[in-house]
Formats: sequence, structure tokens, C-alpha cells
Amino acid sequence: MKRTLLLCAWLVALAAAAQTVPVPSNDAALDAHVQALAAQLRCVVCQNESVADSQAPLAADLREQIRRQLREGRSDEQIRSYMTERYGDFVLYEPPLSNRTLMLWFGPALMLAIGGVALLRLLRVRKRLPDEAFDPDSTF
Amino acid sequence: MIPTLGHGALMLALLIALAQAALGLAGAARANERWMAWMRPLTATQALLVLMAFVALATSFVRHDFSVYYVAAHSNSHLPLAYRLAAVWGGHEGSLLLWVLMLVGWMLAVAWRSRGLPLVFVARVLAVMSLLSAGFVLFMLATSNPFERLLPPVREGSDLNPLLQDPGMVLHPPMLYMGYVGFSVAFSFALAALMGGKLDAAWARWTRPWTIAAWVFLTLGIALGSAWAYNELGWGGWWFWDPVENASFMPWLAGTALVHSLAVSEKRGAFKAWTLLLALLAFSLSLLGTFLVRSGVLSSVHAFATDPKRGLFILVFLALVIGGSLALYAVRAGAVGLGQRFGNLSRESALLLNNLLLVVATGSVLLGTLYPLFLDALGLGKVSVGPPYFDSVFRWLMAPLLLLLGAGPLLRWKDDAFSTLVRRLRWPMASGLLVLASAWLFGGAASAWSCTGYALAGWVLGGVIEDLLSWRANWRQLTRAQWGMWLAHTGVAAFVLGVTTVQTHESSRDLRMQAGDTVALAGYDFRFVDAAAIAGPNYAAARGRVEVSRAGQPVTTLWPEKRVYRVQRNPMTEAAIDSNPVRDLYVSLGELLPDGSWTVRVQHKPLVIWIWLGCLIMALGGALAASDRRYQRRQGRP
Amino acid sequence: MTRWLIPLVLFGALLVFLARGLNLDPREVPSPLIDRPAPAFAMPTLADPARVVRREELLGKVWLLNVWASWCGPCRTEHPQWLKLAQRQPAVTLIGLNYKDERDAATAWLQDLGNPYTDSLFDPQGQLGLDYGVYGVPETFVVDRDGIVRFKHVGPLTHAVVREQIEPVLKRLGA
Repeated sequence: MKRTLLLCAWLVALAAAAQTVPVPSNDAALDAHVQALAAQLRCVVCQNESVADSQAPLAADLREQIRRQLREGRSDEQIRSYMTERYGDFVLYEPPLSNRTLMLWFGPALMLAIGGVALLRLLRVRKRLPDEAFDPDSTF
Repeated sequence: MIPTLGHGALMLALLIALAQAALGLAGAARANERWMAWMRPLTATQALLVLMAFVALATSFVRHDFSVYYVAAHSNSHLPLAYRLAAVWGGHEGSLLLWVLMLVGWMLAVAWRSRGLPLVFVARVLAVMSLLSAGFVLFMLATSNPFERLLPPVREGSDLNPLLQDPGMVLHPPMLYMGYVGFSVAFSFALAALMGGKLDAAWARWTRPWTIAAWVFLTLGIALGSAWAYNELGWGGWWFWDPVENASFMPWLAGTALVHSLAVSEKRGAFKAWTLLLALLAFSLSLLGTFLVRSGVLSSVHAFATDPKRGLFILVFLALVIGGSLALYAVRAGAVGLGQRFGNLSRESALLLNNLLLVVATGSVLLGTLYPLFLDALGLGKVSVGPPYFDSVFRWLMAPLLLLLGAGPLLRWKDDAFSTLVRRLRWPMASGLLVLASAWLFGGAASAWSCTGYALAGWVLGGVIEDLLSWRANWRQLTRAQWGMWLAHTGVAAFVLGVTTVQTHESSRDLRMQAGDTVALAGYDFRFVDAAAIAGPNYAAARGRVEVSRAGQPVTTLWPEKRVYRVQRNPMTEAAIDSNPVRDLYVSLGELLPDGSWTVRVQHKPLVIWIWLGCLIMALGGALAASDRRYQRRQGRP
Repeated sequence: MTRWLIPLVLFGALLVFLARGLNLDPREVPSPLIDRPAPAFAMPTLADPARVVRREELLGKVWLLNVWASWCGPCRTEHPQWLKLAQRQPAVTLIGLNYKDERDAATAWLQDLGNPYTDSLFDPQGQLGLDYGVYGVPETFVVDRDGIVRFKHVGPLTHAVVREQIEPVLKRLGA
């Protein structure tokens, strides 16, 4: 008996906690659009999850906000601006290309270029070396 | 009593480790056989002491000894036995003890299997590993003592984090640590070679099986982590580019490059200086990972409880170990020989390109993971780098790598000609087109990246087939190393196929369901029957019942749960998954709404299991290669 | 010799950043509202649903906005600081933002613990909180006479935070 009461108490607690959870509509297209936009935003509370995936109450609120704004006809860009105005660039899951993120976006290509050039130069240098320079074993 | 014994064992282990390091290094420098003879017995002593400490901690968990702070913080009298044991490594202090246990385990293996190697070399290797062990034990004793007492003891513990109460938790950290720590063997071999001045093909042959073994464990550890996240976190994701995940992925990428570079160094004596650097790099990345996860420098769902004092200790340790080894490298590596010649189109140059791509990939992951820190430290504000960045960068690097994977093993050593190569690419091309065509047939139109993924998976598989067929006349001469390579590469193909298919064709619905509601997805019908309250050993849950059918025929019944663990009170989503080689059906409960209905997420994920099966096949291939008879000969004999 | 030093040099640079990182908090999200106008509002108060407080009414005053809720543990911990602040800084207007709460619970909470606020805005849906970029309760904003946000603190106020961070800002704003 006591156990049942305890279980019920927990379920009620869950239900109470769920009061702020928005009710997803049964409109699949809108759902998909909300999810797509939410996946581009970082949940500021559970910072390693997107707003789409996070179970945090704030994430649920933000998803609801996105849904409301999409219904009002706002564009993706407008909704993203809405979020960054309030939470800063940090909320964008994909860092925007700006002066300070140049190194981030071009870093890999730069590394590849430097590595590639080094590789080519290495091959060229090796080609020009006489046979005596090559030695399968070495003690130094 | 037992915790005190454990603590004492650790203190003794530190002393032994320091003694071993001193005797080993000094003995090798002076060619003093008597000092060096201590290496093996001292290794055994260290191993025994660390094992004693580990057993002491495990026993404290089993006996519910809440006078030990760590046990009280991570266990509970209702925690099932299996998880009580897994809880030993569930927190920062205990996981460090696991790390050291693995380290002395690898040391024991090296000591045992190196009878044919020169004593000077072995002494140096074990001495370096002892230094590492000493560092970690000192770290524990100084800042993170697992045996710290809680007096008076609490009557009830705080319970293990519910997220960790899963079978995956039992296997994932040990596998992962075996991999991380395993790279310390290659690291020590490299340092020993730099110290001693002898770096020949034999060195590469000695190092290879240890490196491959560590790689196998790391592959399994990462795959287990991913599978566990998929099963346990409740929304169907399997890789998040989370800083801690990246911390394990970087050594894996470097380790893969190392395995391939060692092949060239062994066969052709080339790339030796580069291989040395990679050997240092792989373990350095393991250490860096340790730092990132425990110092509070990056935010992660995975991170252990952080403490700046701990972070500082690891940072100093990092500086000494990595800085020291790179300094030695700077001094000594220039004198290493060039090995044998090779042409611009050859297996060697292909492997060089493979290494370039893998190292740039490692660098990119490092860049992305640390970029927020870089900007913040420079006062340039906060930015967040997540999956969109990593996914896009990674694709561009992996595509050429996969292209290379299919063709590379078909290239001849030393020198090859393009004209003859093209003929050998028949199977890769045919197979690539075949897989692409099948994908179009079954799945319909897809994006450019999807097509690339399918074609490359087929291409890689085709490369394996082509190679296999070219050996059919001489198949008796095939070594385990070659079979292992084919198996591992096939695993890669399976992995790419799984990832491409899931990312292109997975579908999901997120909706509110009342008892009796049905939703259709990907040809399946999911009927939400009801949700009932149940009780587990240390939790209470709401268990939903979802009946799945297809075209009227019942397929399976799924039981997703929403659990609340009695002590920690965080609601936990236990997804219900029906798996088969073709697809996964994934159902998870969201929230209970005031009107009695539940929010439910229903997902269909085609071929998703091949992501982890592919990793398993890769690991099997590696294990096969490591067991090659060439390495079984008492190491050191020509 | 020089090119063999490259790995060591790169590592050294990395080490510097990591050392610096030990002193930073990766979870802290800086507010984009600093030095920008405080978002406008016209909100009913907690005490009297019929009365509406507008941001414009606060122009010309230095004011603090404190986001709180009755379900929030740390808010309870920081509350004594607010009571003290009300006494120490009588010229500063304290406005509470009751975030995603129930009117009865919130009113009872203030009755229990004391009410330092001139008014508490009632925001049960969290809409105003969203406008202010609230992500962790409690939070505190300092707004100057022209309605520009000058400072934000996330997390409970402590004695140290009040003395070392908030009061200097208030002084600078001429409170």
C-alpha cells in the first residue's frame, strides 16, 4: 500500500514538473520544422545538447517559442536572431563565420595545405638524394 | 581496516614505482645488469600492490562501507552488485585507480613478453612506464584519494548516477582505459629508442602488436560508449562531438595513423622519425584527454567533478611528460635514418597521405574542441562549437581518406604505375556503383553527401575484394596480418554504410499519445496501449506498452520507461529498442501530461546497428593482425 | 634541428592556453544585453494582478532586476542578501521577476522570507525571462537611469558578489 502511494507520489511529481512542457501538435510538418530549427540552437542549460534534444525546461520553452513564431510566419533567420539577441552567439550550435571564427573554419583546410606542401617537398627532396643517403637501419 | 590497507598499498606502490624508474634509467645508462635485473620483479610488485588497492576499494563497495567517502558518494545499499562493482570506476578517484591498474597490467604484459628484447631497451621502457604510474599514483594520493574516510560514516550512500546504471557502464570505461593506457607502451618504446639511439625495423616490429592491441581496445571502448549513449540517453543519438567523446577520438585517430605508419617503418624502414612522433603523440593525446575531462576547462555532460587543484596537477604532469618527451625528440630525432626509397605513386606515399589526412583530422577535432577556450582565454568572448562544425569538417577529410582506403592496399610497395593501378581498381569501382545503385533502389533519391557515402562504402569493400582475389593463387601464404587488415577495412565499410543510411533515411515522430492511439512511421504502426507504474530495485518507473505491427502483422511489443531513482531523483528515460540487422525501432517516453496522455518519440533507424557492428569488425581485424605469427616469435629474434 | 622543435613549440603554446583555461568558467554564458537597452515590458505585479508596471516608469532610477521563484533553492539561499541590499541601498529600486511560478506559492514565499522588492513582476510563462536571456534562476541585472543594462550576475548573490561586484557598479551609476 505504502509503495503504491510512493509510486503515485512520484508520478504526480513528474506530472507537476511537466506543467511547463509544451504539447507537441499533431502537425508533422510543423513539428519537423521546429525540430530542425531547434537542432541549430544550443541548450544553454544542458550545454552539450541542442535545444531539439535537451530535456531541460528552458529547452522546452524555447521549442514552444520557436513553434509560436513559426506559426506567426517568422523566417528561420528572424527566429535565430531572436535567440542570439537574448542569449548571444553562444546559443548558435554552428558558430557563425566572423573575424574571430576565421581560424576555426579555415583551420582544417590550412592544416591540410601546410601538410600537403610539406609532403610534396619531402618527396621532392628525397628524390634528389643519392642512394647512399638511404639506409634501412640506423644507430645514432 | 580494508580501506587503510588499500591506501597503504598505494603509498607503497608509489615508492616502488619511483625506485623502479630510477634503477631502470640509471641501470640502462650505465649498462648495469644488476640494477636492470630489478625491472621485472619490481613490475610484478607494483602490479600486486595496485591490484590490492583496487580490490580493497571494490570490497568496500561490495560491503557497503560508507565510511569511505568515495563509496558513500557513489553507492547505495539498494544498488545491485554488478553496479556496485562498476561504481568503483564511476567517479574521478576510482577511475584513476582503474587507470593505474590498467597501466601496471600493460607493464606486466610487456615485462612478460619481452624476453627476447635487449635488456637495456626493456629497462628503459619499464622505467618510463613506472614514471607514468608514479605520476598517477601521486596524483591520487595528493588530490584524489579514493580511500578518504567519511567519519562518522553516513547511514546511506548517495547512489550511483542513474545514467551509469547500465551494462554498458560495466564494460565501456575498462575497455576505453585499456586503450588509452595501452598507447603508453608505444610511447615508452619510442622514448626508449630515442634514449638508446637504436631505431631499426626490429623496433617497429616490436612496437606494432602492442599498438594494435591498444587500438583494438580503444575502438571497442569508443564503440561501447556510443552504443551505451544510444541505449541509455533516450533520444536516439549516438555521437555528439562532446568534448569528452572528442578526447577519446583524438588518440584513436592518431593511433590509427600510428598503426599504418608502423607498417611502413617495419617493412621499408621509412617514416621512422614521423612514426616516433606519432607514438609520442598518441599517448600525449590520451593524457590531454585526461586533463580535459577532469580539470573543468571544458563543459561536458561527461566531465567528472572538477577541482582547479586537480587540473593544475595534471597540467604540470602533462607539461613534464609531453614537454619532456618532445624535447628529447627535438634533440634526437634528426639523426634517424631515411629508410628505403619509394616512388611518388606507391604504397608508402599512399600511407603517407593516409597519415596526413588522419593527423589533420586529429588537429581539426582538437581545434574545434578547444576553440571556445582559445577565444575565451584571449578575451574574445564566447562561442560554441558543436556537431554542425565537426560533421562538416570531418566529412571533407574522411571522403578522400576512404578513397585512399580502397585503393591504397592495392598499390605496390616502392613503386607503382598508374596504368596498371587502374586495372586493379575494377572491383572498387564496380562495388561502389553497385552499392550506390542499391541505395537508390531501396531508399530513393538522396543528397550528394549520401551518394558519396554509399559509393565510398562500396569502394572500400571492393578494394578488399580485389585484394583478396589477387591472392587466390597464393592464398596459403596469406598471413593473419593481411586477413586482419581486410577484416578491419571491411569493418570501416560497414560503419560508413551504417552511418550514411541512418543519416539519410532515419525518421521520427514526436507527439502526444493517449492510451489506444496509434502512429504510423516508415511502414510500421505503433500503438500506445497504456502506461503502468512499476518498481525496480532502486527506482520507481512508469512503463509504457507499445505494440508495433506492420501491415497488420504484429512485429514486437516495446516497453519504454520513465524512471525516477529513489535517491538521486533525476527522471531517466529508458528507451525501448527493437533491433535487427536491417533497422532499429526506437520508442521513448517524454512527459506525462496533465490530461493523462504521454509525449512519445517514435523513431525508425535503418541499418543503425552496422555502426557498432562495423566497429566490432574493425576491432576483430585488429586483434587478428596483432596475433600474427610474425609477432609471436619471441620478440627480438630476427 | 629547428624543424624538430616544432612539436615542442606548438605544445608549449597549447599549454599556455590550457593554463589560462583553468581560471575560466566554460559554462558561463555572457549576456548580450550588457550596454544595451533593457527589454521593454508591461507586466502585472505579483501582489496586485490589476496593476501593471512598465519599464518606462523606471527611467531616471537605477534599478535591479532579480529573477526568482518559490521552487528555486538557491533563491532562498540568496534572499537574505536582498533584504540587506534593500536596507543598504535605499536609493536603488529593487524589482523582482517572479519566473514561471504560481501566484499563491510565490506570495507565501515572500511572506515567509520577507519582501525586499518594490514590486515583483509576475511572469508565469517565462516570456519576459526569455526576453532577458534568463537561463538559470536566480539571476540579477543592474540597469541604469537611461534604461541600459550595465551588469548581469547569474547564480545566487553572496556577500562577496554584492560587495565586490554589485555595489561598485551601483556607485558608478550614481546610486
